[in-house]
Amino acid sequence: MKTSLLAADARTKKRNAAEARFKAYGFAAIIVAMLALLILLTSVLGNGMSSFRQTYIALDVALPEEKLDKSGVRDLSVMSKVTTIGYAPILRNALLDALAAQGIETELSNKDIGNMISKEAAATVRNKVLANPDLVGQTVSFDVLASGRIDGYFKGRVTMESAALDGNTSPEALMIAQALADAGVMETKFNWNFFVWPDASDQRPEAAGLGVAILGSLYMMIVVLVLALPIGVASSIYLEEFAPKNRWTDLIEVNISNLAAVPSIVYGILGLAIFINFMEFNQSSPLVGGLVLTLMTLPTIIISTRAALKSVPPSIRDAALGVGASKMQSVFHHVLPLAAPGILTGTIIGLAQALGETAPLLLIGMVAFVREYPAAYTPESGLFGEASTALPVQVFNWTQRSDPAFVERASGAIITLLVFLLIMNAVAIYLRRRFERRW
Amino acid sequence: MQSLTLPFIAIAGLAVLGYFLAKSRALQVSGGDIRKLVSLPSQHALNAVLATIVPAVAAIFLISLYVRLTDGTGSWFFQFVVIGLAVTGLALSLIGIKTETRARTFAERWILGLLIFASTIAILTTIGIVFSMLFETFNFFGQYDWRDFFFSTNWSPNFRGNSDLGIIPLLWGTLYISFIALAFAVPVGLFAAIYLSEYAGPRMRAVAKPAIEVLAGIPTIVYGLFALITVGPFLRDYFAAPMGFGQSASSVMTAGLVMGVMLIPFVSSLSDDIINAVPQAMRDGSLGLGATKSETIRQVVVPAALPGIVGAVLLAASRAIGETMIVVLGAGAAARLSLNPFEAMTTVTVKIVSQLTGDTDFASPETLVAFALGLTLFVITLGLNVLALYIVRKYREQYE
Repeated sequence: MKTSLLAADARTKKRNAAEARFKAYGFAAIIVAMLALLILLTSVLGNGMSSFRQTYIALDVALPEEKLDKSGVRDLSVMSKVTTIGYAPILRNALLDALAAQGIETELSNKDIGNMISKEAAATVRNKVLANPDLVGQTVSFDVLASGRIDGYFKGRVTMESAALDGNTSPEALMIAQALADAGVMETKFNWNFFVWPDASDQRPEAAGLGVAILGSLYMMIVVLVLALPIGVASSIYLEEFAPKNRWTDLIEVNISNLAAVPSIVYGILGLAIFINFMEFNQSSPLVGGLVLTLMTLPTIIISTRAALKSVPPSIRDAALGVGASKMQSVFHHVLPLAAPGILTGTIIGLAQALGETAPLLLIGMVAFVREYPAAYTPESGLFGEASTALPVQVFNWTQRSDPAFVERASGAIITLLVFLLIMNAVAIYLRRRFERRW
Repeated sequence: MQSLTLPFIAIAGLAVLGYFLAKSRALQVSGGDIRKLVSLPSQHALNAVLATIVPAVAAIFLISLYVRLTDGTGSWFFQFVVIGLAVTGLALSLIGIKTETRARTFAERWILGLLIFASTIAILTTIGIVFSMLFETFNFFGQYDWRDFFFSTNWSPNFRGNSDLGIIPLLWGTLYISFIALAFAVPVGLFAAIYLSEYAGPRMRAVAKPAIEVLAGIPTIVYGLFALITVGPFLRDYFAAPMGFGQSASSVMTAGLVMGVMLIPFVSSLSDDIINAVPQAMRDGSLGLGATKSETIRQVVVPAALPGIVGAVLLAASRAIGETMIVVLGAGAAARLSLNPFEAMTTVTVKIVSQLTGDTDFASPETLVAFALGLTLFVITLGLNVLALYIVRKYREQYE
């Protein structure tokens, strides 16, 4: 049998083919992972970007005195007796006037036309009037919310076909909406209120916002930062610099690495049993949420702080001790400042993790429907003691609602959350690049 | 809580006062020449501040705990004790200021005490976790037979009583979903790690590594939403419904696949560390004998790294079992013992959430069962973690 060095024999070919196959498997694995990331992000962005835009109707609303303030003396206690039910017809009339002014003919009943305006709009107008009673009797321009279905039509969620099957809207209403949009009365524009308004009820997805959730998350992050950073750093300093090698410190170390892997929902059970049932802190308060997240974040912070302390070379400590510093002084005056960038990076990453955590917050009652902005401090409920919700929990809440408009809201909230996480991680990476020293 | 405001303000005031008093007293004792002092005035001041704050704040926490345990209410007597402690600490530290006092040593003892306390919080957390669940689990088993809990194959809670609370269908759902997740994540993660550490050039690494790490930084609620609005309907419309497996968007497959995506970075970064820890000499030896790169990896690197990889898989499994949001949104709520992966099933974590949210009554077994479920979950994941950490540690020692 002739063999040539230039032509590969069958066995070599087989081995080379196996090599190529193996490499292709590896490459395919990378592609699968990147593809998964890509699909995930496009799905969330595709579903959620529209929540940052909202359809508004520009109406000139006549505010008749005989309806809103019969007494005519602008007494707030009397005026506030007119509920939103009293304001709804006024808005409906304004919309009918606008239709007449644009020469849009329709066979829809006045009630159906009134339904094109969000139920939230009446409350908005009422609040404006109560804040400024002098408006009564005048004709004032308002940008009022269109109802969720009309808004959905401009975002492509509601179509003529789906509207025909829908009890809450009709193809005729959508045609009127299109005509109004062509005339410039109805406009879909950037919706800053999405970040400011509180959650809204099941019936009015168009008015639901993230205001309370963002505030609640912010409060919790403050609690986590204030508690987890000092405790984490102190405990790392002890374990890394002072602790003698014995059973007790071994136990603590094993404990910390195990705590880092405990499922987050278990921390929720802990929070429910200890902080709410035993210590009787307020349910669904940012204080309890912050405490639970603190305990959850501590292992992450301790692990990264210890790594940062370990990377400071011993010569720094020896030099400090050599010129007469105590052990404590060498740590606090020299080692800690040098480890600070690493500690900060680890803390920010821990905070980012805490910001996205949902499961434990469900158990401590943060799923509650909260429309009031929580105050940071009140004498009755103490520091961060008022009921609140949080960004990831708000997402969960919205996924449980029946109206499909809430899916868009949930995705929008996710985008907001991801933007916050992106900023935090970018800051962490910047800090690491800018300040980290290598010895 | 309100009764704590006064003591805290008093302590803070005393601490500030102590700082200045100790400083001036130290100067006074030295007679204007601080070289006569063993410790600097600022260290005397620090000692005074710590002696004022630490015992008093510790007393506040102990008393609050005592008040909770005995169901009493805070009274002026406790405030008196706390403020008294602060005053005593301040006075003692001021009296102790002499030229030869080693204030630095004293101050550092306080600080060391604080550091030790901080490091015990990790232990306290574990104790808190175990006791909070043990206590309610005992309550639960007082009302519900433990044999029914562990061996019954029926889960149908009924808030009017007479519920069947068998854990088996929940465990089955949990394990089935975790199995699918691992079956997806382990090959992909492992091959990704092998490719990145053995084949990929620097440019490929620079793109692929951060991309995979981004997957790890995404909160689980995002994966849950992804399962709910994208993966679930997709699997139903293109796989389950045409093949006649069912009409459910939430299914074991949905949750398992999405969880698999979540676990990819976890498996790949752990395996990456482990593969990099295999000494280069072993690769060189194999390549020198004429093995191809893939033969080296399959017959030398992977076997050498196997214990570590097993540890990584166990850690991933523990994470899959404890994962909550993906299964809450993707797997469904019906407890079922079935083999069909396109059917909705439920897990231990889903039931913990559903039994503990909404109206809960901490006297009924339907609520208390959540604590027994939580304890079971904790024990399973703890066992996996301890085993995995043991294996990984053992493996590291091998090449150090």
